[in-house]
Amino acid sequence: MISQAANSATRTVDVIVIGAGHSGMAMSHRLTELAVEHVVIERGSVANSWRHERWDSLRLLTPNWQLRLPGQAYEGTDPDGYLTMPELIRFLDRYAGRLAVPLFTNTKVLAVRPQAGGYRVETDLDDWWCRAVVIATGANNRQSIPPCASAIPETVTQLSSLEYRNPGQLPRGGVLVVGASASGLQLAEEIHRSGRPVTLAVGEHVRLPRIYRGMDIQWWMHAVGVLDERYDQVDDLRRVRHVPSPQLIGTPEHRTLDLNSLTAQGVRLVGKLANVRDGQAQFSGSLRNVCDLADLKMNRLLDRVDQWIDVIANGNAGEPPERFEPTRTPEQNRLGLDLSSGEVSSVVWATGMHPDYHWLDVPVLDRKGHLKHDGGVVDAPGLYALGLPFMRRRKSTFIHGAEDDVRDLAHHLHAWLGATAAGFHSLRMAG
Amino acid sequence: MENQTIAVNNGVNIDALLGAREALTDAPEAAQFNWRASSEWINGTHTRSKVEKFFGLGEEQSHREAFLFDTDHPEIFASEDQGATPVEMVLVGLSGCLGAGIATVAQNRGIQLRSVKTTLEAGMDLAGILGIDSDIRNGFDGIRVRYEIDADATEDEIRAVVAQSQKRSAVYDIVTNPTDVWVEVKKSS
Repeated sequence: MISQAANSATRTVDVIVIGAGHSGMAMSHRLTELAVEHVVIERGSVANSWRHERWDSLRLLTPNWQLRLPGQAYEGTDPDGYLTMPELIRFLDRYAGRLAVPLFTNTKVLAVRPQAGGYRVETDLDDWWCRAVVIATGANNRQSIPPCASAIPETVTQLSSLEYRNPGQLPRGGVLVVGASASGLQLAEEIHRSGRPVTLAVGEHVRLPRIYRGMDIQWWMHAVGVLDERYDQVDDLRRVRHVPSPQLIGTPEHRTLDLNSLTAQGVRLVGKLANVRDGQAQFSGSLRNVCDLADLKMNRLLDRVDQWIDVIANGNAGEPPERFEPTRTPEQNRLGLDLSSGEVSSVVWATGMHPDYHWLDVPVLDRKGHLKHDGGVVDAPGLYALGLPFMRRRKSTFIHGAEDDVRDLAHHLHAWLGATAAGFHSLRMAG
Repeated sequence: MENQTIAVNNGVNIDALLGAREALTDAPEAAQFNWRASSEWINGTHTRSKVEKFFGLGEEQSHREAFLFDTDHPEIFASEDQGATPVEMVLVGLSGCLGAGIATVAQNRGIQLRSVKTTLEAGMDLAGILGIDSDIRNGFDGIRVRYEIDADATEDEIRAVVAQSQKRSAVYDIVTNPTDVWVEVKKSS
């Protein structure tokens, strides 16, 4: 890693990769194989989000055998386990050590704008000019907190899942956890176990068992081809790109974490947080339906697994088919909660994340602030993205999903550099 | 699957709907609709409402004709029972919205419907609206919707159609989530 002294002259390079997470480093590995000149710029340290924006107890949601980047795979002794964050950071640090190009850490990108047929990349150290930019800053930079958060009484502590580390950060007393994806369920469980009674606000979610018919659900999703489904083959790309992350937890016991297991532990389920008015949290009456939707969707996946086993393995798997208990919802749904009564002393937002492109001065964002791209090829020549939800495949946001995406996009980028190289000088003059 | 899609006909023009969805994604202003009703008090608890014009796709629109709806209270409330109670109209709206959604979702999924029958019921404690007990809300204590559906599909596929219809229903959203309401009053001359 290079610590570069500030330099007023603009430096040039063919390609700049922004972000040294698993995606950015995987891209660097592939670009090196293609002999494409590039550098990697990282705002903090390698694997910064994994290092600084995750809670203490988190383990990966994917089993270790699935952990693979171009040129490096998991080689430990527990292929069926799930890495803790320190273990993952060691894995990614080791990967960073193999990179063959300059990696500028602690270097913030301040602006990227079109210039002379390429891009000007301004950082707090150097200014660069490059022909192509790979945006590998991830999809999870900012918590998506609903506007009604501002109406929550000041006596109630608010914390986002990006800031949350452990229950000790929260005052004693009840906690409203908002959101029912993997983060919401994991936080609800550990906070409730800490003696702070949890109410969990549940909107649309994805329910999955950890183990099905003797194998990790990720194994089946890989086997039946779900993870490899391509963005140009799905019916409704807009919808699948906004599906929340599945309710999973990585534990040494391989246990399933779902709404039923939380209910059994005493967590109270309420509908999606609809609004906060006069100090009252208002919950949607749609709880039954979002649970039905998730149960039906889970069963469709399990049907698909059973059919695959019937066809491919003559019906032989470790265990017979199984259908799990439908999600239990309260007989009478609670629709309101007085946030000023003291019943709840904190609210934890696990409402999902969105990318932050405030530094991107290129007209490629839609009105919702999302990148306009076709499978990671952004709507501006020489601009590429990585690691976005269902970017090229369902697995695009997984660590192991980077390999195929990076191969495709590096190929596209390489071809684009080659095609534009000849006319490049005149382009630069005109630009 | 291709053949099945062509054969299925629930009376929904799915191509037009999908086309509209595509068009409105690119033209968000045209997606801004404004629904209206106008009403006049007749006598006692009887009100007559009219639905005719609305705004959408960037301009004023009209229904094929003006539709009139009478609402009243039943005779046991010493009223004349000239129409459904307003709360029953809410059930009518919910049922109509979910029904439209079911036909549309089924069509989109290549499921032929043969019959869709619904009963809706909602409990209400009059101690709320009569001001007897301030702990009891005026409105429903809940709504129960029961579907009986005959279609070329498995039970789970039918359940998924109904679930998806709830997910996409405007009236379901209106009754399950709070809605801001402004009421303005002026004295007419």
